[in-house]
Amino acid sequence: MGGQPMQVWEVFRREREGGAMQHAGNLLAPDAELASHYAREFYGRRQESVRLWVVPRAAILELDDPDLLQPPFDRSFKKPAGYSTEIKAKLAAARARAGGAGEAGE
Amino acid sequence: MSDSRRVQAFNRHVASGGKVEATDWMPEEYRRAVRRFVEMHANSELMGVLPEREWILRAPTLKRKLALSAKVQDEVGHAQLLYRVAEDLGKPREEMLADLLAGRTKFHNVFHYPTRSWADVGIIAWLVDAAAIVAQQALRESSYAPYGRTMKKICWEESVHILHGRDVVLTMMNGTARQRALVQDALERWWGPLMQMHGPRTDPAKDRDLAWRIKNKDNETLRQEFLTVYVPRIREIGLRIPDPELRQDPDSGRFAYTEPDWKELYAVVTGHGPRSAERLEFRRLNYADTQWVRDTVLAAPVAA
Repeated sequence: MGGQPMQVWEVFRREREGGAMQHAGNLLAPDAELASHYAREFYGRRQESVRLWVVPRAAILELDDPDLLQPPFDRSFKKPAGYSTEIKAKLAAARARAGGAGEAGE
Repeated sequence: MSDSRRVQAFNRHVASGGKVEATDWMPEEYRRAVRRFVEMHANSELMGVLPEREWILRAPTLKRKLALSAKVQDEVGHAQLLYRVAEDLGKPREEMLADLLAGRTKFHNVFHYPTRSWADVGIIAWLVDAAAIVAQQALRESSYAPYGRTMKKICWEESVHILHGRDVVLTMMNGTARQRALVQDALERWWGPLMQMHGPRTDPAKDRDLAWRIKNKDNETLRQEFLTVYVPRIREIGLRIPDPELRQDPDSGRFAYTEPDWKELYAVVTGHGPRSAERLEFRRLNYADTQWVRDTVLAAPVAA
């Protein structure tokens, strides 16, 4: 091998206009010019991408600490599944059909 | 955490369907096993284009020539992607190519055989790629996530190859008696290697690649899946499968077949197939011929 150190480049691709950039894979190249040729050849040859991002792996700031991203507390109130509105709606409707909304609280 | 506890935690993680990324910690044995698996796959993609490449200049029409060239280009592209996955696990690409050219590492049995007529091109693209995709689809769920993601892209392209091959075979089967005979002849020569391709039945309990979920299906399961889909498709277009023992159990759905020639498989993948030496020699010449490109591309930049 010659004088240039090789570098890992991560490739992201957009499949269609308006879509998210998604990770496609990575490649090894000595410089940005060759990296863009490889990226085009590997991830755009079949017209499967409308845009590519080619990023040196070293430039990616990675966060994967579960204490930050998956804290152990119950956060179900932040999600649709955290609310059982269907059952409560049925109960309320049944109560209404039975005539007379009572005093029943929570 | 102590090393053995770390390994146990890792084993539990992958056994329960957990994924591993290139930058994650992994036991050295797992790293080696994935690398060996992916390296053999990459070698096969690279060597696998040679039997078909021989037919680019002899393709019967311009459309077939374009399709075959695109397929060959795809397979080399798959080799590039897979060598990259293997390289990320710690073995330089030059070393992998050197090992392949020296015969120290293997490539799949089906790429050691000659292609005698245009019908071989159809049978390879249809049935060899179909047998391969059965295995490759299972690999999309590999515990080694970069490999699984690469397989999704590869399977998408392989499915085009199968259609191309099926189209070639169907065109010939709708042609003259001589064309039909060529397809039948190709099927008879390729059936043995096809039945050997997924490898002998092994004890899944002893297969570490399965325990780590590097792959998710054992050899016999893959062969049965291939037979279940393709035996009816081969027969419905008027081809005869050259195995008098081949029959499907009506209750279990499993196929019985003549025991494949495992000695042949072993001889072929260790470099003693009918075209092993010739194909490796072609790769060596090609590698030497293109050395100047690598030297130029990788040379230190000249100061302006």
